[in-house]
Amino acid sequence: MDKVSKKTILLNGIFKQNSVFVLTLGMCPTLAVTTSLEGAIGMGFALLFVLIFSNISISLVRKIVPNEIRIPVYIVIIATFVTIVEMLLNAYLPDLYDKLGVFVSLIVVNCIVLGRAEAFASKNNPIDSLLDAIGSGLGFVFALMIVATIREILGVGTLTIWGSIQVNFMPIFTALGIKPAPFFVSNPGAFIVLAFLIGIFQSVAIYRKKMKSRKVA
Amino acid sequence: MELALIAFMAFLTENVVLYRFMGICPFLGVSKKKSSAIGMGLAVIFVIVLSSIVTWLLYHYVLKPLDLVYLRIIVFILVIASLVQIVEMFIKKFTPSLYRALGIYLPLITTNCAVLGVATLVINYDYNFIQMLIFSLFSGLGFLFVMFIFSSLREKINEYNVPEGFRGIPIALITAAAMAIIFARLGGII
Repeated sequence: MDKVSKKTILLNGIFKQNSVFVLTLGMCPTLAVTTSLEGAIGMGFALLFVLIFSNISISLVRKIVPNEIRIPVYIVIIATFVTIVEMLLNAYLPDLYDKLGVFVSLIVVNCIVLGRAEAFASKNNPIDSLLDAIGSGLGFVFALMIVATIREILGVGTLTIWGSIQVNFMPIFTALGIKPAPFFVSNPGAFIVLAFLIGIFQSVAIYRKKMKSRKVA
Repeated sequence: MELALIAFMAFLTENVVLYRFMGICPFLGVSKKKSSAIGMGLAVIFVIVLSSIVTWLLYHYVLKPLDLVYLRIIVFILVIASLVQIVEMFIKKFTPSLYRALGIYLPLITTNCAVLGVATLVINYDYNFIQMLIFSLFSGLGFLFVMFIFSSLREKINEYNVPEGFRGIPIALITAAAMAIIFARLGGII
């Protein structure tokens, strides 16, 4: 493959085929851990780590594994890396680990990881699989960060980037004479924010398609 | 009383889908028709209860005594995947009519995070056997209940003129938000 298609592999996962906004995969963590930007970044990079290593490993063993038992093999490979991530988080970032809770273990059953394994890594070489993992993983990280940024600013009035590094938006709220709405960090708020983001993505896609067909005509 | 509280919370106020955000994929994917939503819900109840029992027993009588707790995730997911496979073969052989109703949903359940989620939660909460049974059964029932209401609403939504960009997933998520608000408020009953 030439250079152009390598770039496409990488960028496809971030924008055109964004796993959350376009393919609507991996919705559970997108809704659950986006009450603060910190949680979104932690979850996003935990999944990125698992995705990179599982994609490379699966691509390396793709010719040895018999077709009939490939899914169980993939699941064991993915579960191994999830266990490693869980141990690392528990040891080095215990606060984040408590915050993400059960959703670290649930990376095993995240549609994005198994989806990329089945759709890409099982058919392509390790280098392409690595690029695909980075692309899809970063697409997931960006999606989580967008959702979390909206929810945290509107809901709490702050933006927690990491630990005590925090941007305070309260002066803007007081200047405008309004208060943050805790609704956005509540569970129903998660559904609403994600609904509007996907709706905007879909509307833009439809608008672009219309413009294109008008040009052709 | 304590068991009733666990049941009530798992069923309504801390519903797996609307409160814990587990099993969102089948919640959005298989809820376009009421019949398939109910089929999926029933299959999920079955698998959640069965896999919670097996993983609970394995955790307390194998992994813990042998000090192999760190293998939890790998063991649990393998148990769930093989259990789903066994259940599928079993139903196919003995009750073909049930297989026709549930068969196509069973393979999808392996990647339903509600199953692994509930199995992990009962370990995290340190529930005993009875509490685990109640929690997993009512989590499954809660899933079925939400699937039933949600699919009924979605069948109705299709009759209305929704802006083009918001058709499909976005309007479904807005409906889910309304349901989540109602479910969370039901806690006031206690």
